[in-house]
Amino acid sequence: MLIYAVCGAGIGTSVLLKSNAERALALLGIEAEVRAVSIEEARGTNKMAQVVLATPELLDQLAGIPAEVIAINNIFDLAELGEKLKATLS
Amino acid sequence: MLSSYFGSGSIVTQDGSPSFEAAVSQSVSLLVDSGKVKANYVDEVLESLKVLGPYFVIAPGLALAHAKPSDSVIQPGMALLKLSKPVASGSANDPVSLIFSMCSPNANDHLEMLGEFAELMSTENVMNSLLNASAQSVIAEILFKRRFN
Repeated sequence: MLIYAVCGAGIGTSVLLKSNAERALALLGIEAEVRAVSIEEARGTNKMAQVVLATPELLDQLAGIPAEVIAINNIFDLAELGEKLKATLS
Repeated sequence: MLSSYFGSGSIVTQDGSPSFEAAVSQSVSLLVDSGKVKANYVDEVLESLKVLGPYFVIAPGLALAHAKPSDSVIQPGMALLKLSKPVASGSANDPVSLIFSMCSPNANDHLEMLGEFAELMSTENVMNSLLNASAQSVIAEILFKRRFN
């Protein structure tokens, strides 16, 4: 499975999101590839991810993309990441 | 090591700030002062804030201001402005008192830095200790030596 961690620039927030999503997935025992991408990359890609993680402010810009979009309020909260990923993936 | 990405004088504590935008500008200016970026980078971050909104307020009370890699970036770096009186950014994670800023010249050179930052900030009690800290020395101990209550 492919998961995108999205941010405006694709180098800051998305990298933190990827790092902690991988940690949360490992705790859940779920195997997935998490890729840090910018908004433009997420919108313009041919290979769409199944799940897209982003902060709430970016949801409007991600409207309409063919993936399940999950808003993460606190990037550093592994419990929030784990619960939302589990709810979406199971 | 996270400490190697912070220039000297790159952790500043102060009472308050006129606005979130002013606080972001001041935090990113610390990267200019420590030679991590050219002055243009401040405008690039403020432009990103204007266009995309406060999306880089990524946890309760915490922002990580940054822009895309560009010619304005000299080397990967981080800085922190800590306000005693938090400011409103318009994010669900308001009010914000920890305004980190970061930069990278490309998509790779900062991955180790952010990996370490993500791991540290996800450690229990680190966020609370930082939010409660008001002395620069205490903040440096938390970030660089992982000493906190």
